[in-house]
Amino acid sequence: MTPVLQVSGLHVDYAPDVRAVRGASFAVERGEVLGVVGESGSGKSALALAVLGLLPAGARVRGSVRLRGRELLGLPDAALSRVRGKDLAMVFQDPLSALTPVHQVGDQIAETIRVHAGATRRAARTRAVELLELVGVPDAARLARAYPHEFSGGMRQRVMIAMAIANDPLAIVADEPTTSLDATVQAQVLDVLRTAQQATGAAIVLITHDLGAVAGFADRVMVMYAGRAVETGPVGDVYRRPRMPYTIGLLGSLPRLDGAPVRALPADAAPAAEGCPFRTRCPVAVAACAVTEPAALPVAPSGQVAACLNLAATERPGAVYPVPEPVPAPDRPPRRARPPVLHVSGLVRHHPQYRGALYKRRVGAVHAVDGITLDVREGETLGLVGESGCGKTTALMEILRLAAPPGGRVSVLGRDTAALGRAGRKALRRDVQVVFQDPFASLDPRMRVAAILAEPLAIHRVPKDRTAARVRELLELVGLDAALAGRYPQQLSGGQRQRVGIARALALEPRLLLLDEPVAALDASVRAGVLALLRDLQNRLGVAYLFVSHDLAVVRSVADRVAVMYHGRIVEIGPAGAVYGTPAHPYTRALLGAVPVPDPGARQGRVTLPGGPPDPSAPPGGCRFRPRCPRHPGLDAGRARLCAELDPVLAEAGDDDHAAACHHLGAR
Amino acid sequence: MLVFLLRRLAGHAVLAVLAASLAYLLAAAALRPRAEFEDRSPRPPAAVVDAELDRLNLNDRTPLADRYRVWATGVLHGDFGRTWQGDPVNGELGRRLLVSLRLLTCGAVAGGVLGVLLGAWAAVSRHRATDRAITFGSYLLLAVPVFVLAVLLQIGASRVNDATGVRLFAWVGETGPGASGGAFGPLGGLGDRVRHLLLPSATIALAQLALFCRYQRGTMLDVLHADFVRTARAKGLRRRDALLRHGLRTALVPVATYFAYTSGLLLLGAMFTEKIFGWHGLGEWLIDSITRGDVNVVAAVDCLAAAAVLLAGLASDVLQGALDPRARAGAR
Repeated sequence: MTPVLQVSGLHVDYAPDVRAVRGASFAVERGEVLGVVGESGSGKSALALAVLGLLPAGARVRGSVRLRGRELLGLPDAALSRVRGKDLAMVFQDPLSALTPVHQVGDQIAETIRVHAGATRRAARTRAVELLELVGVPDAARLARAYPHEFSGGMRQRVMIAMAIANDPLAIVADEPTTSLDATVQAQVLDVLRTAQQATGAAIVLITHDLGAVAGFADRVMVMYAGRAVETGPVGDVYRRPRMPYTIGLLGSLPRLDGAPVRALPADAAPAAEGCPFRTRCPVAVAACAVTEPAALPVAPSGQVAACLNLAATERPGAVYPVPEPVPAPDRPPRRARPPVLHVSGLVRHHPQYRGALYKRRVGAVHAVDGITLDVREGETLGLVGESGCGKTTALMEILRLAAPPGGRVSVLGRDTAALGRAGRKALRRDVQVVFQDPFASLDPRMRVAAILAEPLAIHRVPKDRTAARVRELLELVGLDAALAGRYPQQLSGGQRQRVGIARALALEPRLLLLDEPVAALDASVRAGVLALLRDLQNRLGVAYLFVSHDLAVVRSVADRVAVMYHGRIVEIGPAGAVYGTPAHPYTRALLGAVPVPDPGARQGRVTLPGGPPDPSAPPGGCRFRPRCPRHPGLDAGRARLCAELDPVLAEAGDDDHAAACHHLGAR
Repeated sequence: MLVFLLRRLAGHAVLAVLAASLAYLLAAAALRPRAEFEDRSPRPPAAVVDAELDRLNLNDRTPLADRYRVWATGVLHGDFGRTWQGDPVNGELGRRLLVSLRLLTCGAVAGGVLGVLLGAWAAVSRHRATDRAITFGSYLLLAVPVFVLAVLLQIGASRVNDATGVRLFAWVGETGPGASGGAFGPLGGLGDRVRHLLLPSATIALAQLALFCRYQRGTMLDVLHADFVRTARAKGLRRRDALLRHGLRTALVPVATYFAYTSGLLLLGAMFTEKIFGWHGLGEWLIDSITRGDVNVVAAVDCLAAAAVLLAGLASDVLQGALDPRARAGAR
């Protein structure tokens, strides 16, 4: 069978001498899915854009891209435009910015058809509605007239997929199609992509940094490092028996749902310019690695190839990276004996919604946080998880305000925030600090690292002569070189920036750190390093964390206790081991089931949660999870009525304060 | 949508009343029409001057509040009072408004459209010769004051007239004497009007063009590398089509609202052009009335300008709503 899309010896150079892709080759057949995996900077996006001929001006491309034997590289824009969107389609990463905000989605899909097929406006619109139905957009005829901003992230990505398959393409290139989506929605979007593929028979190139997403979806996988494919093969073989140390390291860096320790891949070294680019991070590098760049060699009869000079050392992948020494847990009194650092009871935060431009009138409220109760004790981590829009970040911001909440009580270190005066609040801020999600946006680009770290000290009137020493101390604490103090944030890597963010938060020796998705924007290997740092800091300083994240695997690796939020409420709370091991609430189970696991066999028997996160301004009566609950349809009439009429409260579901809010905790 | 517009209009009406009242109070307090009357020769007796000023509601010896009350009552009945010479302001106001509109419509529209196109073109060919030329030209236009530009255009036009031997351009007033009575009849009259319109319109258009060109270039650069333009190209649109249909369409939203506001302000801003080209429009009238201390005219023109700016604001809201679906959500 001849491949539909064949790329060979592809090079992409950005001026002046950035070599983004260095000789990538792959072929995909009809109906096949190739996963292209790598961290940021590995050249995978440049590869995608080069295949479609959409590289920015100034990029140079060499090599060959053949679609059904026809060479695409070097075609003029006019000829290439007749191929793009027809035989070769693309799904982009961020569906909010990738759709034109001022055109109706139906028109945007119809445009794809009209450009190529020359259909009438009417016919194209009708076909657009059919396509929207195919990708599972409810009420497609009406929503075709809606604009992108009226859709949720998952729905927008469905629109992108509908657009991609509009002309029955031969091949689809999907660049990070599920990044920035919730795990539950990710699973749905991948299912849609699968349906779309079956409807068109297209070959798919799925580009992602998420090894979990590839595991359940791709037939073959290609791992890229520093612009080269370093390992390629059937997805089962590569995941079970990776042979290139980079692949082994990537797989080992993923936080795991069972809480097993990760084997961190050294994150910060830049790729080497000569020899094997990975040798700067490789634990099994030999002398020859500095001289020759290895070619990809067959390592298994299945067609698996790996580019490594020391294949002997990777015979046993498990032995390549050292198992981290188990860190002895610091000797602390039992949880109940420790004082709570943060106590929240019945916290409520509604955002009123207004209509009207000149005279605003209130039309309702978004129930962002609707009565949550939790406490964080000294030296422990509480993980707060849930889908986007569940209110977890709002809850964190409400705590951070250190003011009287609209409803309920917040007390920090035993002091009720409602009773604080201006001076008391400022004093308490020393003890409560925050680390934000995006290390690119949360550091002032015009301040040097030293100034960023010194600012909180100056605000709280730490004597000037002690500032410089403290800045050095902080950099050392978070594992950064003291020489970085003179740099600007944009001169640092993502991981280094987030370490600066953590150092800034620790400058005043707080007792409680609020972390809002602190590793969501980081690559797997960098993420493992930052998580290890956070655990280490907690052991040494005894600071308590409130850790907000949508990623259950990440939370598993840092949290002592976990609270699961849904629709402004906590539906389950308890020790991490118990919540992950024996989840009591059906929502917790569904969330755990949706986490992409880097194991190709694990996808079978998974339940995807129907629908997206609910409309937060209109909570359903009774149990709020009822419309999406996988347990609810199987209940008999009497028990189902309980769900419809009575809002469940947290009830004991196990030992150690494990509680869940479900009427049918015993049911499976 | 209609309810929204009516609400906006009501809110704006309050602002218009405030602006007009303040303008009247300022004019009535600061301007001295008495001086104009007293300067007549032979100098009229004081009693006559007072009687005349009282008749026109211009007497500075009447308390300001009383004069304001008389003026406001008149305005509420649609009467802006009388000019210094005793003619009704209303008739002249209407006539001059039409003159200004005739002058401005062509110039503003041509300037806006050309500016948008040039700005978009400059953005698309960023850092290339085209962009540099357009940027240089627009900065030059922005740096040159309107009256210098107008005089330069007149000099250029007279050269062209001399070189061709035909009076292609004319630049005094709206019409030349006896044009419609010529060989071409009414058609000749129209041609004459167009001939007189060319230079002042070009003056206004060029000033507008430079502004819009810079602004459009900025907003266009933002969308040039936007993901949705890339999506459009991935669909199979050529670069030019993708930039026009998706890029320019999105980048037009902020410029369109800006266009509405500047058009409102232009009503008075064209005073230099009107003065230089001898068009008896509103701007010219305002300047002349201020020097004469003609309070009622100044107040009437200010009142009209306030209304124009507020209407422009309304138009800008409507434009924004029409162009950007994201703005509609809050308005419904």
